[in-house]
Amino acid sequence: MDNPYLPFQVRIDDIIVESEDNNLKTFKFVFLNKEDEVKFNYSAGQFAELSIPGKGEIPIGIASSPVEKGFLKFTINKAGVVTTHLHNMKVGDIMGIRGPMGNWFPWSTFEGKNILIVGGGFAFTTLRSSIIYLLDPANRSKFGNIDVVYGARTPGMLLYKDELVEWEKRDDINVHITVDNSDDPDWKYNVGFVPPITEEKAPQGGSDSYAIVCGPPIMIKFTQPVLEKLGYDHDHIYLSLENRMKCGIGMCGRCGIGKELVCKDGPVFTLTEINKTPREY
Amino acid sequence: MKVIKIDKKDWAKGIKALHKAYGLIGPVKEKEYFTFQVLSGGTIPDLEFRNTRLSPKAVVFPQSEDMFEYSLDDSREDHHLLKEVEKDYSPRVVFGIRPCDAKALELVKMNFDTDEYKDPYWLNLYEATTFVGMACDSPCSTCFCTTAGTGPYHEEGLDVLMADNGDSYLAKLLTDKGEKLATSAGWADSAGKSDVLAAKKTAAEAKIVSTVSTEALSGKDALELYNADFWEDVSFACINCGTCTYVCPTCWCFDIQDEVHGKSGKRMRTWDSCMFPIFTVHTTGHNPRATKLQRVRQRFMHKLKYFVDKYDKGIMCVGCGRCVRQCPVNIDIRRVCETMNSFGSDNTCAVQSS
Ligand SMILES: Cc1cc2nc3c(=O)[nH]c(=O)nc-3n(C[C@H](O)[C@H](O)[C@H](O)COP(=O)(O)OP(=O)(O)OC[C@H]3O[C@@H](n4cnc5c(N)ncnc54)[C@H](O)[C@@H]3O)c2cc1C
Ligand code: SF4
Ligand code: SF4
Ligand code: FES
Repeated sequence: MDNPYLPFQVRIDDIIVESEDNNLKTFKFVFLNKEDEVKFNYSAGQFAELSIPGKGEIPIGIASSPVEKGFLKFTINKAGVVTTHLHNMKVGDIMGIRGPMGNWFPWSTFEGKNILIVGGGFAFTTLRSSIIYLLDPANRSKFGNIDVVYGARTPGMLLYKDELVEWEKRDDINVHITVDNSDDPDWKYNVGFVPPITEEKAPQGGSDSYAIVCGPPIMIKFTQPVLEKLGYDHDHIYLSLENRMKCGIGMCGRCGIGKELVCKDGPVFTLTEINKTPREY
Repeated sequence: MKVIKIDKKDWAKGIKALHKAYGLIGPVKEKEYFTFQVLSGGTIPDLEFRNTRLSPKAVVFPQSEDMFEYSLDDSREDHHLLKEVEKDYSPRVVFGIRPCDAKALELVKMNFDTDEYKDPYWLNLYEATTFVGMACDSPCSTCFCTTAGTGPYHEEGLDVLMADNGDSYLAKLLTDKGEKLATSAGWADSAGKSDVLAAKKTAAEAKIVSTVSTEALSGKDALELYNADFWEDVSFACINCGTCTYVCPTCWCFDIQDEVHGKSGKRMRTWDSCMFPIFTVHTTGHNPRATKLQRVRQRFMHKLKYFVDKYDKGIMCVGCGRCVRQCPVNIDIRRVCETMNSFGSDNTCAVQSS
């Protein structure tokens, strides 16, 4: 019997400080055993449990993309025991990763359709994974228009800045970057919260369009009516939820919202599905 | 199915033989209460007990169990690598498990044995165990098994069902595992063609007078139940002690923790409870079930509605009555179940309905 609690062994290969406050770092991992990479076969939208012996395990969305080979990337906000410990670890350190876990954005359903991606704060991680996947030459032609609205508190808090600049220049994706406020006099993008910028910039919804939303609860709350106004049906709006987790595989009973388990039946749900739950997240 | 007769005079001899082939677990009296424990060599299981305060779930789901061990000593080649803890999965038999508790393990198995993932700790212990049930001829006043999908002579989840019959035990061998156990013990006397068991079953069932109604639960709207006013009354007195979840044979929630002593560490799991606020609190401080009402509601909604909807196998409660007897403030799942089952009809007050 395979033990689903046993992590793959990985080594930290690179650490990138993402934000001006140093609280967000991207960790790049490589598998100690090459064949584990094949077993860790994931789709954009899934998460994994990062496992630090002596400290514990934390569920983190996978920020690298299935089309990027040879490594995994996670962007981690320094918050409590395990994340703080991870922030103090060094390139070369050994730890574990269990996964991939949960469901993902339904890429086959999205084929031939327009996709609107709305993200706020550091929840942008799996959205980065998704965008890289969509823009891959082997995939781009399968999908319609792609629009991205991404916001952070300040310019210095935006993740993946180099990639954002690159996407900005492309004509096969419309990127609308925004910040709550800017101290940068040369800031040439939007200023304002994600919901109003979405209302202003995002295309109309309809039967040929889907929206993916990831962000803090407050952003999700105010983005929902905007999307409704734009004509996105509840079953065309996909959200990725978070709850406190332990096992990540539907066993420990911790992450339930009604009869759904966020770790196994989610984390990705349509708004229609979420509306049927008690929304205990 | 074969029914054998075990003369009580031969009981000890058979048990001695079994001690060679199996690890034995059974009810042991500690001060005034019985608990399920490993029986050291030669100990004869005492079947003269009523129900145990703790369910025997720990037989397959220990309250605390090591999962992995590791070294944090950087000078070692294998530092920071998790290693499986060596486990003993040799054959074992549990004597005296009640039919309700055996059925509870069947319900819990649906959680640990899924298409996508198998929990090796739970399943390995479960597979290694032969379950010898003891039918229940003198139920407690709080037992309501017959309307909770099981009963005093219920066979689901058992390998052998034993019943007391005066000078002897009758033992119905229900599975190959059960047959094998009887062979190892040298118990082979056929009970002949007798309807004693059937008659005892009918008599025992008639003694269970406490009931719940569950037939309307699956038809209710989950969100309407969730938003019902009666949760205020139901949860009012609860002190969130968690007793109900710890004593319950069908509660399976657990926590995973790392424990370090010097340079060596263990990852282990322990029972946890949805009654504790910390169970769901996010690192941000946000807690989706921050209030007592939310947590009490979660326990009952999980057992009596979410589980019903998810598996279509009835309620996640076998009517053992442990939570009813041991709740310090007398919160009674039977009343809550009635309230939920009749919700939307005229009587919805948890405190007054009976
Ligand atoms: C699907 C999903 C995706 C996520 N993606 C990301 C992401 O991409 N980036 C990101 O930064 N965050 C992400 N998060 C959030 C992230 O999981 C949490 O911030 C993280 O678990 C915090 O861990 P910590 O150890 O730092 O915090 P702590 O609050 O210190 O606790 C975390 C762990 O410590 C232990 N612990 C601490 N206190 C207690 C206690 N009192 N009792 C019992 N156990 C305790 C537990 O094992 C607990 O799981 C995601 C969460 C989910 C569910
Ligand atoms: S035993 Fe009673 S008081 Fe204790 S948590 Fe359960 S319902 Fe509440
Ligand atoms: S909920 Fe109460 S009565 Fe039902 S199985 Fe659990 S402890 Fe027994
Ligand atoms: S994290 Fe254990 S069930 Fe979801």
